[in-house]
Amino acid sequence: MIALIALVVGVVAGLVLEPSVPAGLQAYLPIAVVAALDAVTGGVRAWLRKEFNDKQFVISFVSNVLVAALIVFLGDKLGVGAQLSTGVVVVLSMRIFANVAAIRQTVFKA
Amino acid sequence: MADDPDEVREESEERSEEPAAGADAERAPVSRWWTHRLPTRSGVLIGVLLALLGFALAVQLKDRDSDQGLAAARQEDLVRILDDLDSRKERLQHDISDLNSKKQQLNSGEQGRKAAVDDARQRADELGILAGTLPAEGPGLSIVFRSGRDAVAASVLLDAVEELRGAGAEAMQVAGSDGRTVRVVASTAFVDSGSGVSVGSARLSAPYTVSVIGDPATMQAALNIPGGVVDTVRQSGGSVSVREPSLVRVSATRATPSPRYARPVS
Repeated sequence: MIALIALVVGVVAGLVLEPSVPAGLQAYLPIAVVAALDAVTGGVRAWLRKEFNDKQFVISFVSNVLVAALIVFLGDKLGVGAQLSTGVVVVLSMRIFANVAAIRQTVFKA
Repeated sequence: MADDPDEVREESEERSEEPAAGADAERAPVSRWWTHRLPTRSGVLIGVLLALLGFALAVQLKDRDSDQGLAAARQEDLVRILDDLDSRKERLQHDISDLNSKKQQLNSGEQGRKAAVDDARQRADELGILAGTLPAEGPGLSIVFRSGRDAVAASVLLDAVEELRGAGAEAMQVAGSDGRTVRVVASTAFVDSGSGVSVGSARLSAPYTVSVIGDPATMQAALNIPGGVVDTVRQSGGSVSVREPSLVRVSATRATPSPRYARPVS
């Protein structure tokens, strides 16, 4: 619940402050957000199954974001940035789907 | 993005509950999320991370919204977008040239039509002057025939008219003493009638005033040749006076004759 509040507070802060994304980060921010969403859905899934581990969550969150950003960075350097970021987004969204499906099964037993 | 300390504090409370789940059993004891505990370090961390996520999400959405994502697009995407725009521009330019040539066509068509209309109008004017249906004005002469011993005969007037035509007269009218005027055209007849002359359908009496438009010098010379019109009238005791006003008005007109039998051959 507090996590939810923190999320809302972050969103509100983003809307109120309206910072512009620095040019260097513009390619990475969306990917990082998707990666973080993957970690969060994974965390919720674990929590619902009563297997939540803070350390695991924090590490998976950070590493997800970093690895995604790294892949995109590498892709940009190799000249296949667009394709690689598409690939990253596809993989991450598949994982998000899987997590959501697991959450659904846990919550609704179906 | 470093604006979260307060959120973090709240976050910590939640933290306490989550570990309750306990697959990794060494963690905290089971608790409900509303039981207030001191924040654990990992709880703070999770709160910070989630707040960051929310912040990034909001910023990203806002950014996309505001700049349509062009600034954030990759080089390849930009190149593709540029290509799209280029081909679109080409199409539109093609359209422009098409429409321009169409416009030119229509314009020239209209110009042609206008030229034809102008031409026809000018022709109608010329023919109107020739046929006597339009009043005319221009340089020319005003000639007055006065009777002497004998009245001025129709033949004298006709001679004068022929002479003037030969000298290039373009429009003529004859006025009698009572001011009635008759336009002289190709079909106008001059007939002696009593003391006067009937010109066309009107009976006129002397003195006759002939107004004629044409080259004044030429016509004057034509009238004055020995044995010509002026001589003839003088011999019969009459007089001819020729004036050259700066502007001669031939104001009499005749109705447009519409041929009953003749049809143009096209």
